[in-house]
Formats: sequence, structure tokens, C-alpha cells
Amino acid sequence: MADISNSTSTNSAQAVKAGGLMAWLEPQQNRILVLAALAGIALALPLILNNYAMEVMSSVWFYVVLCLGLNIVVGYAGLLDLGYAAFFAVGAYTTGILTSHFGINFWLTIPVAIFFSICAGVIIGGPTLRLRSDYLAIVTLGFGEIVRIIARNLEITGGASGLIGIEKPSIMGFELNEIQHFYYVFLLLAILACFISYRLQHSRLGRAWQYVREDEDAAEAMGINRVGIKLYAYVIGAIFGGVAGCFFAAKMTAISPETFMFQQSVLILLGVVLGGMGKIPGVIIGAFALVLFPEVFRELGSMRILVFAVVMLIIMLYRPEGIWPAKK
Amino acid sequence: MSLQDILLQQLANGLILGSFYALVALGYTMVYGIIKLLNFAHGDLYMIGAFCGFLVLSLISAVVGDSWAGLLCSMVLSMIAVGLLGVLIQRIAYQPMLAAPRLSILITALAVSMILSNSVMAFTDGEFLAFSTDLGFDGVELGNVFVTYTQIVLVAAAAILMVALYLFVHKTLYGKAMRAISIDKDACRLMGINVNKIIALTFFIGTSLAAAAGIMAGSYYGSIHFFMGFVIGLKAFTAAVIGGIGSIPGAMLGGLLLGLLESYGTQIPFIGTEWKDVFSFGILILLLVFKPTGILGQTEIERM
Repeated sequence: MADISNSTSTNSAQAVKAGGLMAWLEPQQNRILVLAALAGIALALPLILNNYAMEVMSSVWFYVVLCLGLNIVVGYAGLLDLGYAAFFAVGAYTTGILTSHFGINFWLTIPVAIFFSICAGVIIGGPTLRLRSDYLAIVTLGFGEIVRIIARNLEITGGASGLIGIEKPSIMGFELNEIQHFYYVFLLLAILACFISYRLQHSRLGRAWQYVREDEDAAEAMGINRVGIKLYAYVIGAIFGGVAGCFFAAKMTAISPETFMFQQSVLILLGVVLGGMGKIPGVIIGAFALVLFPEVFRELGSMRILVFAVVMLIIMLYRPEGIWPAKK
Repeated sequence: MSLQDILLQQLANGLILGSFYALVALGYTMVYGIIKLLNFAHGDLYMIGAFCGFLVLSLISAVVGDSWAGLLCSMVLSMIAVGLLGVLIQRIAYQPMLAAPRLSILITALAVSMILSNSVMAFTDGEFLAFSTDLGFDGVELGNVFVTYTQIVLVAAAAILMVALYLFVHKTLYGKAMRAISIDKDACRLMGINVNKIIALTFFIGTSLAAAAGIMAGSYYGSIHFFMGFVIGLKAFTAAVIGGIGSIPGAMLGGLLLGLLESYGTQIPFIGTEWKDVFSFGILILLLVFKPTGILGQTEIERM
């Protein structure tokens, strides 16, 4: 509904009335100008930043990918997923096991990780997506725990201490080993994730998600396969998480089950909710806030999550749609 | 020990575990039944109950020493305190969200859960606290199975609470109002029932039952931790779903069943204690596939 008006003139007329920056952003060429400028800044950042800031910024791009992936599930399709770290873990462990135990090239592990993410998404989504959304929330929570416990108890995953010595990837003989290289890899992934999210949102599938999110019964009456398109959202979100996990394992060269605890899932969810569910710039802002907030407020230490939770509660009570929500 | 003894010993363990699950599951089911909210913070209220009981008990023991009376007294006091906290949470966080989309209220509940567990973490530095009650390890021998008095008292206390709740919901006017609200809130308003008051009462009872379970678990296992509510919250939800969410006898049955399943499940070869949680979540997922309404739940008819 909102999608149709998004690209047409009716909306820009309203926006001009509203005035200001948002109105200037309305025409396509101005948007592209801003995007190009932002991309230029992002590309040029390694020239001026030190290693610490580079590390933080790589982390930002990494969380942008994860948050955009979860945004497809939570923002577009309106399903609450509390075990998203599980898909992230599936990707990371697939790459970790295949490269360190079997010596398989990093790039070849990505399709395998995608395959396993899809399997995990179908196994967990298939049976539960028929049910009410609150069941899904708790089942995904349980699923996230199951994946972590399995990773901790199996021998092949390295048990509680995890996997070490994961090979760094190389492109045609050029090994990615410095933080600058990974900065660009994650930036590229983030841009790719934005592009895919954007295309999905404005596709037939994206409109179907929106319809189901707003009114499930009406959508079904219109001939939309409710369970089918939810499963699509769930599986596509899982692929995002899985691929991000592959690159995470390659960058860190070591992974342990504790990286994929419930808190990780909550953190990613927070990024989506904070910025504005279902809107790409909102989610990116959320991911920035997520990574930069703890860096800026280092002295808060373990109180960080508490402050985060209070912020989340206040946002839900006063701005339930997030800081920069999707247009309705 | 013979096979029979192992089975009997696990029966005792399972009943204890099951009573905790059942008490926590009751709160889940009551709140879900009345306002269709999955209260994620419920497990954390169980944890708060344990800490509150710890606090009151240490005050009492400092004056009169360890005793059963002291434990009982601290249990009652913390049940009231945590029950009031539950009502407060409902008023601040859930009441304004009742008309909001489902996703928003679920995230609100998640935020409340994080606030509760992280504030306790901040107070305790994330350390385990020893919940020493010193009730002794005396007990009775039933055949070859040894059952401590603590275990007997805990199961008895859980049973008393559950019977009391059942009588309250089915024999009093307030209970009748609760059941009516879970069927049709608007019609209840027209009939002159103070809906908000009954919802608050439901939160109070549900939360204080979780708090009771928290204190009992604290004194049984001997240590408490800010994260102790997380897994039991999940398990209790599983129990509520097994019994049929929204059904009070269902939650009791589901809790006991899950406790027994878990303690017998760990005896099966290749399923050690480290796989216990995987086992019960596996049950939850299988159940949702084959019988989402649970054992005693009713099929929900969606009206447009």
C-alpha cells in the first residue's frame, strides 16, 4: 500500500508541504547524490582512521549486514525472531570446520554455509510459521540455545573452547589479512545487503510481506500463501546471517560458542528495533548506534545492556515504530 | 542400584523439578489467558523472587537463626513483594501497549526481562550467591530410595499453592471474573467487572507463584544467580504449551510432565545432562508441529 505511493508523485507533494531536509531528499536524483556522497565517505575512511577506529567501523558494517538480515524477518514480515545468532553461528561454524578440519578454500565454504542456513531456516520455520507469532518468538529462542549447546558439546565444533586457526581468505593470490582489507570486505557486504534488501522490499514478495504483516487474514483472502512467504522471509534472513557468519569466522580466525549467546540475538534485534523496523536507513542507524554506543560509553561497563534495555523500553512506549520508521 | 530404584529415584527428582516448572508455567498461562501476552519477564521475576527471598531470609536468620518458620515467612513476604513488582511492571510497561501491534508488546516484554536480569547483575556483579538455609539432609528411606524432608516439603508446598490457586479460580467471584475476562474482555466491561483490577490481580498471583518457585529452587539448589530465570522461563513456557497454554490445570500437568520427562530423559544412554536442554526444546518443537494446542488446551477459533 505505502509502497505504491512511495515512488509516485502523490507522496512527494505531501513531503514538499512538510518541507525541510526530508522534502529535498524526495526526488530520486537527490537521493542518489546523497548515497554517492555517503559511499565516497565510507570508501575514503580508511585513509584517515587509525586501526582502532577501523576495527570499530568494520564492526559497524558487519552489524549492518546482520541487522538488515534480521530486518527482513522482523521488519518486513513482522515475525519476532529471538534466535538470529543461531544462523550467524551456522555460517561461522560451517566455514570454521570446513577450512580448519578439511582444508577447503574459504570461498567454497560460502555456498555450503548458505545451504546449511537454508536447511536450518526451513527446519525451524517450517513447523512454527503456521502458528501465532508469539510461539515463533519462543521457539526461535529455544532454537538459538539448542544451536549453541550443540556447538559446545560436539567434538567437531571444538567444544566450549571453540575453533582456532581458521584460514584467512585470499582473492587470486592476494591474502586478506589486514584490518583495512576486512573493512572493505564488510563495507562491500553491507552495500550488497542494502541493495538486496531494497530490491526485495520493492518486489512482489516485499509487498506480500507487508500485507501479511499488516493484516494476515486479509492477505490470505487475497490469495497470498501466508506460510509460504513467511518461510521465504525466514530463509532469506537466515542466508544473510549465515554469510555474515562466514566472513566473521574468516576475520576472527577463531570462534567460540559464547559468541552466539542469546545476548547476541538480542543485540541484533535491538539494532533493528532502535532504528526503525522495516526501513533500510533506520536499520543502518540502529546498527551504528549499536556498535558506537558501547564504544562511546565504555565506562558504563556491564551496565551497558541495562541502559540499552531501558532505552529500548522507552522507545517502545513512546515511539513504537523506532527512531526513523517506515512510512505508512 | 537396580533399574527399579533408578526409576523411583528419578521419579522423586522429576517431581521436584516438575513442581518448579509447574509453578512458573502457571504464571505464564494465566497472563497469556487473560491478555494474550507472552510475558518474557516471567522467568526473571522467578529470579527476582529467589533474590528477594534470599534478602529477607538473611535478615530473619540474622535475628532468629535458620528455621523452617523463617523460610516460610520469607517466602510469604517475597511473594507479596514480587507480586506487587509484577503489578507495577504491568501498569508501566504492558498497560499502555495493549492496543499496540503484537510485535511491539513482545519487544517491550523482552526489554523488561533484560532490565530485571541486568539490574540484578549490576547489584551482584554477576556472582553466584550461596543460598544457605541449612535445613539439613535428613530424610526417609522408601525402599532403596532416599528422599530428604526438604524435597517432601517443597513438593507439598507446591501442591498446596496449586490447589489453592485452583480453588481460587474456580470457587471465588474474582476467579470467575478472571475466567470471564479471558473469554471476552469487552463483554465483561459491560457487565460491570473492573477489568483492569482483575488483570492486575492476575499479574499479582502469577508473579507471586513464580517468586515462590524461585525461593524454593534457591533453597533446594543452594545457590542463586542473576541468569537463573532465563532457562527456567523457556522450560516453563514449554510446560505451558505441553499442557495447553491458557489452561491452569494444563500448566500444572505440563510442568510435572516436563520435569519427569527431563529426569528420565537424562537416564537414556547418549543423552547426558549436557543434552537436557536440547531434549526439552526438541519436545517443544515436536509438540508445536503435531499438537500445538497441547494436552488440555482448546482449539482456538479465530473470528474476524
